[in-house]
Amino acid sequence: MIKEDDTSFNFGMFLVKVKRVIRVGFVNFWRNGWISLATILVMTIALFVVGSLILGKAVVASTLAQLEDKVDITVYFKTGADEEEIFTFQDKLEKLNEVKNVAYVSSEEALSAFRKRHVDNALITQSLEELGENPLGANLNIKAKDTSQYESIAHFLEASAIFSIDKINYRQNKMVIDRLGNILNASRNVGLGITLLLSAIAIIVAFNTIRLAIYTSKDEITVMRLVGASSRYIRGPFIVEGIMHGIVASVFTMFIFYPLTLWLGPLAEKFFGGVNLFNYYLSSFFQLFAVLLVFGSGLGAISSFIAARRYLKV
Amino acid sequence: MVYFEKVTKIYSPTSTALEDVNFSIEPQEFISLVGQSGSGKTTLLKLLLAEEKPTSGKVFFESQDVHSLSKSELPHLRRRIGCVFQEFRLLPSKTAYENIAFAMEAAGKTDEDINENVSQVLEVVGLSDKSWHFPHELSGGEKQRVAIARAIVNQPDLIIADEPTGNLDPLNTREVIEILKKINEIGTTVLMATHNKDVVNSLGKRVVTIEKGKIIRDDKGGRYVI
Repeated sequence: MIKEDDTSFNFGMFLVKVKRVIRVGFVNFWRNGWISLATILVMTIALFVVGSLILGKAVVASTLAQLEDKVDITVYFKTGADEEEIFTFQDKLEKLNEVKNVAYVSSEEALSAFRKRHVDNALITQSLEELGENPLGANLNIKAKDTSQYESIAHFLEASAIFSIDKINYRQNKMVIDRLGNILNASRNVGLGITLLLSAIAIIVAFNTIRLAIYTSKDEITVMRLVGASSRYIRGPFIVEGIMHGIVASVFTMFIFYPLTLWLGPLAEKFFGGVNLFNYYLSSFFQLFAVLLVFGSGLGAISSFIAARRYLKV
Repeated sequence: MVYFEKVTKIYSPTSTALEDVNFSIEPQEFISLVGQSGSGKTTLLKLLLAEEKPTSGKVFFESQDVHSLSKSELPHLRRRIGCVFQEFRLLPSKTAYENIAFAMEAAGKTDEDINENVSQVLEVVGLSDKSWHFPHELSGGEKQRVAIARAIVNQPDLIIADEPTGNLDPLNTREVIEILKKINEIGTTVLMATHNKDVVNSLGKRVVTIEKGKIIRDDKGGRYVI
């Protein structure tokens, strides 16, 4: 039954077939004008959702990082405490796993910061003048790697009996730190949930659009089978078309993001703090484009593959 | 060349399309398959193309059991059988030329081969001047001629035609039958299901009559009798 020329793998003919599949994919993409356009638009919406999630994540991440950075523990030393002793203590702290960094603020620096903060307050400035000496001690400002680790750092501080420690501000701030930590964690979890949900919706919508587009060709697929085309040869052009839908849609999406981030960037920066969206768009243009391109063409190819398979049973 | 061996096809308990059909086709025959609508003609053709599977029995093309072929082997069988349908079934987004070329491309022919053969068959069916027209720009008769060109371009051993003249006027009917006769004369076997009494009688070739899923008459040089 199988003819001679089919028994051995012919690389030259394989290339010819690949070329034909790609050409037919291009031609169909062009001739199916309206269907292609509709598919591209839906795909653009799907990619827009994905792109927005990526941009949104960047803003939220930088805002959360900024918030997290505001959380710290400060250890205040008595005035006139031995600097050497403080430095040894700082070394010890820096060796802790939980600690990100420890900043030393000398009593002079503390005073000038204090003066700067209250430069408009005549009463305080005057009181300092009258006092004549520096009433502030040195302090160590400790940042943890994670907000949940402040508790154990505080335990360590309280346990190390250094007599020159005046006070540790953890207990007063504990509630705020804990609450902030919870908010940060919750935001991250909610963000992940929303990302997964919206991506799933985007994928399903794009997949169904491609399925409908291929549904219109189901009779053609049957005829091609009856005329003697192999499943792979029939499916190839659909996959090429799917990839093209993805590529064009990702270009469209990048175009849409330019004016959008330009407009939203300053607004979001004012509202959330953190990065300017537009700068982020420009600086990560190629990564963002690459992600959308891979996601779009992959989604197009896989959707076409699955959708065409249904009608290839003949 | 083709053997139906005790073939039964039951679509559902209330619809039996073919019942215990035994039937064979010799090379270079021109067979008219006649019978009323719903008698099982189309089912018989679909079984031969492996578009449907028999409920029981076997269909052989040469020594090959058609329904034992895997999905990837089927195209090789189908490239040896050309099909023509009542409703033409051209690919709407391809031109006449591309429709015909598709059958050759799918069979893995070279571009030179395709150019040469497609132009040739277009000439045979008299449509050289319309090769770049899309199906919706062609008349019914022209579409059917493109379909015939597509069916013969791979030089198949067998042509299956399912009511090829069902949608055509008398003039186009005669032309299509003439083409099929010509193809048969150069050695291709033709199996044609039809309703058209005049066509069958004018051919004067073998006539197989089906009624309610059974072959009730098989005459060499027969006439249309129901």
